[in-house]
Amino acid sequence: MGMLLSANAQWVLFSTLILGMASGMIGCLAYWKRQSLMSDALSHAALPGVVIGFWLIGTKNMPVMIGGAAISALLGALMIQWIRSSSRIKEDTAMGMILSVFFGLGIMMLTIVNRFAGGNQSGLDSFIFGQAASMVRKDVYTMLVLAAIVILVVSLAFKEWKLFLFDPDFARGLGLSRRLMDGIYLAVLVMVIVIGIQAVGVILMAALLIIPAVSARYWTHSFKWMVILSAIFGGGSGMIGTLISTLGIGWPTGPFIVLASSVLFVVSLVFGVEKGLLTKALQIRLQKRELRYAAASGAKGPQRGGEAG
Amino acid sequence: MSVLEVADLTASYRKNKVLHDVSFQVQAGSLTSIVGPNGAGKSTLLKVMLELHPKLSGSVSFFGSTHSKMKKRIGYVPQRGSVDWDFPTNALDVVMMGLYGQVGWLKWPTRSHREKALASLEQMGMADYASRQISQLSGGQQQRVFLARALVQDADLYFMDEPLAGVDAATERAIMTTLKELKNKGKTVMVVHHDLQTVEDYFDHVLLLNRTVVAHGKTKEVFTKDNVYRAYGGTLRWMKEA
Repeated sequence: MGMLLSANAQWVLFSTLILGMASGMIGCLAYWKRQSLMSDALSHAALPGVVIGFWLIGTKNMPVMIGGAAISALLGALMIQWIRSSSRIKEDTAMGMILSVFFGLGIMMLTIVNRFAGGNQSGLDSFIFGQAASMVRKDVYTMLVLAAIVILVVSLAFKEWKLFLFDPDFARGLGLSRRLMDGIYLAVLVMVIVIGIQAVGVILMAALLIIPAVSARYWTHSFKWMVILSAIFGGGSGMIGTLISTLGIGWPTGPFIVLASSVLFVVSLVFGVEKGLLTKALQIRLQKRELRYAAASGAKGPQRGGEAG
Repeated sequence: MSVLEVADLTASYRKNKVLHDVSFQVQAGSLTSIVGPNGAGKSTLLKVMLELHPKLSGSVSFFGSTHSKMKKRIGYVPQRGSVDWDFPTNALDVVMMGLYGQVGWLKWPTRSHREKALASLEQMGMADYASRQISQLSGGQQQRVFLARALVQDADLYFMDEPLAGVDAATERAIMTTLKELKNKGKTVMVVHHDLQTVEDYFDHVLLLNRTVVAHGKTKEVFTKDNVYRAYGGTLRWMKEA
């Protein structure tokens, strides 16, 4: 397969791989911050910024559009924070509101831009469902650099993330600022989203942040391995989805990436060695058999080890 | 010498004022229980002192200085229910977290840190559970892991939020032995406590709290029927006739 791909397609493939890895890692942070939905809200909130960025320059200029996406996603995050803290509205409701309002605004502006300014040739539509194939070499570089930064931020401060996610109050007592960690978290989350939307699209970007982390949870009881596996699952889905989308002309990348990661999720759900359904069923069967064996051999039942409490 | 001075502390939770003009001083080497009815502001008091919750007015000083300067000398055991025990990590790892301040930010713990953490687990009778998933520990064992994490910090002043709530007898004994050892080493411990029956046996000082300080001092002098009734108002059914 790889041999059939042009040099550009190979670059694109490599960039969705590293994008998937970065979002898989950030997805683990979001999972334990209980903010999986936040990533969905923020990626939808990025759309108006993309369109405004295009509007201002008049051509598809990646840095400007990424900047626009980042500003509008951060604005969405701030508004969610503000609604939550200044009213009785709960966070999930606030996220739902911001998500739909920003997305509606983005679609409206997109329609207008498409009508005027020859925008329909710009390929702006690809930001909705993603079109990795439309990326040029320069876009790929931008993506690689930003994704590398994200991976570095998570790996270098790995122990800090673990402490912060498990017990933020205790972390604060040790001098780890909650505000600083929240700020860095939001920054890397937005970074992954804005570099990802061109390849995956604003609607499905959240899937790349949520599904790999959840899948990884079924395989391990170690946070480190959860992050590593989530990166592998995310990178794998990114690559597989992109490969499939190159089979047809104009096929969007996002849906295929999501489907690939969903398949990995189903496999994890069933076969995952720590929490998978099959493992659980096998454990119960094994325990039942032990019980029967113990009863048959005259013992009163298995002795429980350790202390009860 | 007083290691902790709280003056006119007032704080609110949501819209309700939960702490009002709280003032007290704690001497080094004392083992104090914070006792009061539900909603008396016991946990909030700890959180406000540790700057985890904002105060409206008043002051708190540790060792004659501020919290941020004395952080390393202060240890904290949060309520067991305040964290998600489904988090993928093991007992030793949680205890290691107590050493992160000593390890230094962005640095990796060394073997000697690991050994310290193991020793601390052993002190709490949890050495066999070092590599056990925290979700697979019983409530009492989880509490001991929390205690071990605090011990490894080697602080001089400890705050513990209901460490004896919902634990088995063996854990209660292990924790109380540890608290007395800390006291014998000259450390100061403040414990939010819910079981009035054991206050006299376990603690040499008591702080009766109901939004404000009802009484504070040596258990023998302060833990009287009158004071307890004053702290609990009409809500108290229990009080053994001595």
